[in-house]
Amino acid sequence: MPNHVVTDTLTLLRRNLRHTVRYPSMTIGAVFGPVIMLLLFVGVLGKTLGAGLAGTGLAGGGGHGSTGLTSAAHPAGYIAYIAPGIIITAVASGSMATAVAVCVDMTEGVVDRFRTMPVSRVAILAAHVINSMLTTIVATAGVAGVSVALGFRPHATTARWLAAAGLLVLLGLALTWLAVAMGLVSATPEAASNSPMLIVFLPFIGSAFAPAALMPAGVRQFAEYQPFTPAIETIRGLLAGTPTGHTALIALGWCAVIGAGGYAWSLAAFRKPRAH
Amino acid sequence: MTNTVPPMNTVPPTNTVPPTTPRPALAITATGLRKSYGGKPVLDGIDLRVPAGTVFAMLGPNGAGKTTTVRILSTLIAADGGRASVAGHDLAAEPGAVRAAIGVTGQFSAVDNLLSARENLILMADLYHLGRRPGRRRAAELLDRFGLGDVAGQPISTYSGGLRRRLDLAMTLVGSPRVIFLDEPTTGLDPRSRRGLWTIVRELVAGGVTIFLTTQYLEEADQLADRIGVLDHGRMVAEGSAAELKRLVPGGHITVHVADPSALAAAAAALGATTVDEDALTAQVPGDQRGIAGDSTSGNSTSGNSASGGRTSGNTASAVRSVLDRLDAAGIAIADLSVHTPDLDDVFLALTGER
Repeated sequence: MPNHVVTDTLTLLRRNLRHTVRYPSMTIGAVFGPVIMLLLFVGVLGKTLGAGLAGTGLAGGGGHGSTGLTSAAHPAGYIAYIAPGIIITAVASGSMATAVAVCVDMTEGVVDRFRTMPVSRVAILAAHVINSMLTTIVATAGVAGVSVALGFRPHATTARWLAAAGLLVLLGLALTWLAVAMGLVSATPEAASNSPMLIVFLPFIGSAFAPAALMPAGVRQFAEYQPFTPAIETIRGLLAGTPTGHTALIALGWCAVIGAGGYAWSLAAFRKPRAH
Repeated sequence: MTNTVPPMNTVPPTNTVPPTTPRPALAITATGLRKSYGGKPVLDGIDLRVPAGTVFAMLGPNGAGKTTTVRILSTLIAADGGRASVAGHDLAAEPGAVRAAIGVTGQFSAVDNLLSARENLILMADLYHLGRRPGRRRAAELLDRFGLGDVAGQPISTYSGGLRRRLDLAMTLVGSPRVIFLDEPTTGLDPRSRRGLWTIVRELVAGGVTIFLTTQYLEEADQLADRIGVLDHGRMVAEGSAAELKRLVPGGHITVHVADPSALAAAAAALGATTVDEDALTAQVPGDQRGIAGDSTSGNSTSGNSASGGRTSGNTASAVRSVLDRLDAAGIAIADLSVHTPDLDDVFLALTGER
């Protein structure tokens, strides 16, 4: 039935969107987590962290000369540094919420019904992915909006905005397929909500909230080479109007690897019957 | 097909092909189906031949392998060994073609709880590619037929178990399947809902659909099935019509309750009772004429294949009359009388022996 993949995906997407609208708590959580983090880091810790970064001369919005001690000590200086990291965190937590949604869905008898019907296997998973992408995009836009409201002032051309959005979408797509696989292999929704936490917190051990160069040895190497750091650096560079260099390519490479791996893992996991 | 022939089995071997002249098309066939979980065999070589347009009931206790059989035949899981085809398509080679021909109502509700009944049915119609207008029409038709019209827009979470099961079956029918698997469709339903479901099954069969049913209730198999297979520990221990299976077990019994021990002794003597319980003050005799020695009603013809699940056949009725006549003649007053007819427990104990 490969000729019905698109139709079936759209049919099932309608179903998933209805779920999201009728049971919005997961989506709301995906938006609120990063917003609360933003308020915490900017409103509560911003002054201290900003002062710490300013002292190192590594903080600031890049090329427009805001690394001076006084301006970086102001919360607005630190928000320029962490907003891209928070936006990435929003993408990660939005994507990872898919794991719970998929796991819950698999425990519902209706998915077993789909399996006994001539419905494309890919369509069942693709509908989840598209639904999750849509909610992640809305959530990420919301988080970006709050950042701007708190004083984040990006200096980017339209083309750079689009490039940043494009990278975020690719990252979201890759992480969502990974989350689908995690949801499929999790025995319970509780387990499905735990394992992705590692991924949601990975940006912390990267350059999201502080430069990797300031981290202790060992942690620093990990922070420099883990997948989120090039993505965060690329987004930061695109929004600050500074050159991104080869980090953009590395970020795209990671997206491709994570996405392809997640897709293959998801399909393999879905073809295996679940023990009841 | 009968892997174990119990000593009291009086049914002729069931693996002989029935002498119907035009060989009926088979909706389901299986040979040597096997499945193990963790080295423990769940299905240990199952053979099936279900003619199109008939009802086959698989009877068995929890853990016998009924659900596993349904999950294999409905393409949810692959068998470890053996071959099977459904609606003319090999399960392993053409699972897609099998899926296009079947409908499955599992033991656990397979409805989308966040959608309404109407939305669930339209979802099915869309997935079967019925087209927008015909799909909506089919959904409305099924809501009507299953008495779901009044609640069609309400969330499923407000539905009773019976309502939910009805919706489940309605969803199974959206694609007009030719072969339907019903895995314990009436477990947990009240008697009215159960009877309603039986009516629907009969209508489907009248329309030419083949039904593969699993159940724990002998009465259900008796009411619906053309053939019954008894599954135990992953093996088919007997197969036959309801009447054939019932002949495998000793008949039921009639229990007479009396008021005091002296009456018990008199009653036992008058009846030639086979079992006497002095504590409970009861005497038991076999519940059919075969068991009552010297009974004069043995010429009484009994027809048909009834006699189970609380209904009494001509045999049992005449046996009761005979018991009452004898007690009357002996002048013994009884406190109570009860009739026990063969049920699944009896069939099971008889077919599987001491296990």
